[in-house]
Amino acid sequence: MQVYLPIAETSVNAFTLLGVGGGVGVLSGMFGVGGGFLITPLLFFIGVPPAVAVATGVNQVVASSISGVLAHLKRKTVDLRMGLVLLIGGLIGSLIGVWFFNLMSRLGQIDLIVQLSYVIFLGIIGALMFQEALRALLRARNPKAPRRKLHTHTWVHNLPLKMKFRASGLYISVFPPLLVGMGVGILAAVMGVGGGFILVPAMIYLLGMPTKVVIGTSLFQVTFVAAFTTMMHALTNQSVDVMLALFLILGGVIGAQIGTRLGMKLNAEQLRILLAMLVLAVAGKIAFDLLWTPAELYSITIPGRF
Amino acid sequence: MRVLVVILALLAALPLRAEEVVAGLSQDRVSLTVNFEGSDILIFGAVRREAPLPEDSALDVVVAVEGPPMAAVIWRKARRAGIWVNTERQDVRAAPSFYAVAATEPLRDILSPEADLEYRISTRLAIFEARGTIDARDPAAFTEALIRIREREGLYQTHDAAVDLQRDTLFSTRITLPKTIVEGRYAARIFLLRDGNVIDEFETFIDVRKAVLERWLFNLAYEQPALYGLMALALAVFFGWGASALFRLLQ
Repeated sequence: MQVYLPIAETSVNAFTLLGVGGGVGVLSGMFGVGGGFLITPLLFFIGVPPAVAVATGVNQVVASSISGVLAHLKRKTVDLRMGLVLLIGGLIGSLIGVWFFNLMSRLGQIDLIVQLSYVIFLGIIGALMFQEALRALLRARNPKAPRRKLHTHTWVHNLPLKMKFRASGLYISVFPPLLVGMGVGILAAVMGVGGGFILVPAMIYLLGMPTKVVIGTSLFQVTFVAAFTTMMHALTNQSVDVMLALFLILGGVIGAQIGTRLGMKLNAEQLRILLAMLVLAVAGKIAFDLLWTPAELYSITIPGRF
Repeated sequence: MRVLVVILALLAALPLRAEEVVAGLSQDRVSLTVNFEGSDILIFGAVRREAPLPEDSALDVVVAVEGPPMAAVIWRKARRAGIWVNTERQDVRAAPSFYAVAATEPLRDILSPEADLEYRISTRLAIFEARGTIDARDPAAFTEALIRIREREGLYQTHDAAVDLQRDTLFSTRITLPKTIVEGRYAARIFLLRDGNVIDEFETFIDVRKAVLERWLFNLAYEQPALYGLMALALAVFFGWGASALFRLLQ
């Protein structure tokens, strides 16, 4: 069964879309990742124009993180103050990102920019995940191995304009969270991701936040930045395709529920290696497309369309 | 039967000329619905003749279907620092978004270059490069690439010997509109050819429209982007939150 996408102006197989949404949903439920970083490149592979894939992917992020953020708010595991500072940074970043995205579209380089960002970020994240998963496996076998120290003081803690973040037990300058939030906002706008995969490690290792508030606070920031970015893409380049979003979201929310249950039964730590390999494979495929001499050197863009 | 009635009605309405062409379409509206997978259009017609059939020359029929023309930019990639990047561009002032030519024989055998120039029948002549903005060293290669890419996508088609002409009078052909066609008025031109020249021409139109819901979504996205964005968010919140609430209830 084909679905006609009114904004992308092409038809895609409905089951492929549900499969992409569902498959990524299962992974995100199992591993607690947003999955935007897999959905967007998978959409490229099935022929959705990159601009539409990015804007619609970020809309899907809202759907996949909204129930999580509500649950964390209820449990009071969100550092609202930190969340707001990260969010302000995120909104600024999103504005910069959308501006940059539209500029690159006009110059005909947006596909390249999106692909390059994916190669770089998926490559780094995949490698880190792989290393982390390997270490976790080794630790499970050898419990006496030294653990990583969680809270360390770095240069980040010596900047001016300090602010108290009670829920996190931190007294630090507002600049690091603002900058971290901004970076995530730019990624959301350019790559169509939530950015949790950058935000969570940055909050733990760079800002030194306690793990119990990290997930809730990052979900809080990601949800609002993704919602804002969706609006910005809809307003400036009309590239959000609700029909596409609907199928991805339907697949995604059902997949996430299945994934959560699977994750409880299976050994997620071991499967994490598989997720890392999948991320690396996607990065590898995009890198290959950029490096290998293309079969067709020419491409066509239509001004005002995708 | 319906086809025949249409032909006869068209024939009766014609003024007098030596040989004239009339044609009809199996459908003059195409609706881009949710499950649109492309569409086949049957183009059929007849030749009306006052004088006896000329003996010394062959009659040929050419059918050209043209989608709404649009500006385009053609990019060429080159390797920069190891990766393939768009480097050169050629602007096109107008290129049909869809172009299909079907004929009784290969075009170059039945159509003189002069007639082709005058009526702009072959695909190459339907494309208008933007003069003055050419910074490419080899503009012809760009136009060829445009045709090649769109041929691969089924958007440009050349069908030699695809028009079935019976007893120099009745003809028919089938044109496939792929699933990626855009909205607009598609012109179907039918040419009657003798000795390389066009002796008669007939034009009719196909309206390609998005179906009601798709039309509404598209218009909303461009005319009320804020409302459209809010709707996209509302959908995301509703399904994202609703699904987990539902699953919690089911537990």
